[in-house]
Amino acid sequence: MYAQMVKSTGKGIKSREEMTDEERQFQDRVDADEKIEPKDWMPEGYRKTLIRQIGQHAHSEIVGQLPEGNWITRAPTLERKAILLAKVQDEAGHGLYLYCAAETLGVSRDELMEKLHSGDMKYSSIFNYPTLNWADIGAVGWLVDGAAIMNQVPLQRTSYGPYSRAMIRICKEESFHQRQGYDIMMKMAFGTEDQKKMAQDALNRFWYPSLMMFGPSDKDSVHSAQSMAWKIKINTNDELRQKFVDQTVPQAEYLGLTVPDENLKWNEETGHYEFTEPDWSEFFEVIKGNGPCNKERLGARVKAWEDGAWVRDGLMAHAEKKAAKVAAE
Amino acid sequence: MTRDEAFFEFLLRMGDNTLILGHRVSEWCGHSPVLEEDIALANTALDLIGQTQMWLGLAGEIEGKGRSADDLAYLRDAWDFRNVLLVERPNGDFGQTIMRQFLFDAWHSLMLGRLMQSSDTRVAEIAAKASKEAAYHLERSADLVVRLGDGTAESHARMQAALDDHWPYTGELFLSDAADKAVAEAGLAPDPASLKEEWDEMVTRVLTEATLAIPEGAYVHKGGKAGTHTEHLGYILAQMQWLQRAYPGATW
Ligand SMILES: [Fe+2]
Ligand SMILES: [Fe+2]
Repeated sequence: MYAQMVKSTGKGIKSREEMTDEERQFQDRVDADEKIEPKDWMPEGYRKTLIRQIGQHAHSEIVGQLPEGNWITRAPTLERKAILLAKVQDEAGHGLYLYCAAETLGVSRDELMEKLHSGDMKYSSIFNYPTLNWADIGAVGWLVDGAAIMNQVPLQRTSYGPYSRAMIRICKEESFHQRQGYDIMMKMAFGTEDQKKMAQDALNRFWYPSLMMFGPSDKDSVHSAQSMAWKIKINTNDELRQKFVDQTVPQAEYLGLTVPDENLKWNEETGHYEFTEPDWSEFFEVIKGNGPCNKERLGARVKAWEDGAWVRDGLMAHAEKKAAKVAAE
Repeated sequence: MTRDEAFFEFLLRMGDNTLILGHRVSEWCGHSPVLEEDIALANTALDLIGQTQMWLGLAGEIEGKGRSADDLAYLRDAWDFRNVLLVERPNGDFGQTIMRQFLFDAWHSLMLGRLMQSSDTRVAEIAAKASKEAAYHLERSADLVVRLGDGTAESHARMQAALDDHWPYTGELFLSDAADKAVAEAGLAPDPASLKEEWDEMVTRVLTEATLAIPEGAYVHKGGKAGTHTEHLGYILAQMQWLQRAYPGATW
């Protein structure tokens, strides 16, 4: 998912007795599945946690342009190039909806950007992995968009109105991306020996990072419990990861590819796959900035922002000149 | 040169212009000054690649040797490419990209407008679809040229430098050779020279509003239409064609 390990500000969930009247009314509305709108009263912790979560999600969308953008100029057919361009354009659009949703909580896009650039805010760990062969573009659509959907479909029901509506729009496009990604995987897995090799190589590298997207187990986390009570988080990380594995393994089998996990096996009794957890020490290193592409990804965004300063200033200056002219007339 | 040979040549020129410019614009993905521009540039590139599929698809049909749009895009070498030099020029800063786009869009929208009257209905249909997109591209690039030209001192200086750099490449858009004359005679396409006056007017109007000075230098750079390119095209093709070349016969 695109927002990992978002910390809520609360220490834990307050009991009804500990809540103020306002807090109690708020919680009742959330419990009754009413949508909270920007002008409504909300606990400060709710607002802050949402800003972190939506902001991180937005950053993930725009940083997510980079690993895929890496292959646009090398896409092997005109149609693949067009599909990839459209997808990357969609991701930028998702970023835009989400920044707008965050703005309704009283934080500007520029403020969020600055926090991304300074490293105060994160984006999903997955985008710190490189895209090394063309099948990676298939694997990203299939696995990364697939994992994002697992998380975002339930979030369509989140308590915050603007976030929920952004998710509804985004989910439609994400499922399209996942199908297109899987379509690339089929072409590769059923293609020449070289293409099969690319497909397996992509799965080998993206499998565990995809599982990491859901974040470490949070069944005992106070932050998650609070977020779930507020309905800005709907499922635990483990539930979503299990669902993802259950859905993805048969898809890999259909492709004739091997999931890189010797312990993977179907459990008749539970009705779920058993699988190896990703290496969480690697995850924490990536989060800290030590993943394979952290420097390149953040560096590219900072460079774009700094190189573009004269453009933003120029546009602003022109708008001011125009406004002054209108005022003088 | 037969009519169909000239027609094929003309279609390659249209398709190669959009292919190479689309490639250049797509290099911006994720790197532009504001999020809205990431979206707009990706959209422009997408339109241009879509137009490429149509022009090169028709080119393959007219040639009659069974080559698809992909074959033409991915399996020709640089000397067989027919795009003008302007579109293969490197992106430079955002101002250079937008100025290149504006100078091209102004020509493109005029050309497509005239092609809607082509004696070949397939050409007219492609032009009708593409001209809507080109009109939008022109509206956007002209608007940005004005706002950045008449923005801060720095943005003005950068846009003027971009204009000075690109200007000597624009003359090629209006050169006519034997192929152009043949397609014009057949009523397939206008003679490029006939677009120059309107282009001058349009460009002058926008550049004046942008407070930019029109360069006086000659149109010295040309050759792309005949297959003599700058050093840049080889690198574009090396990137673009690599997978198709390295794994011949694979389907993607
Ligand atoms: Fe997205
Ligand atoms: Fe997506």
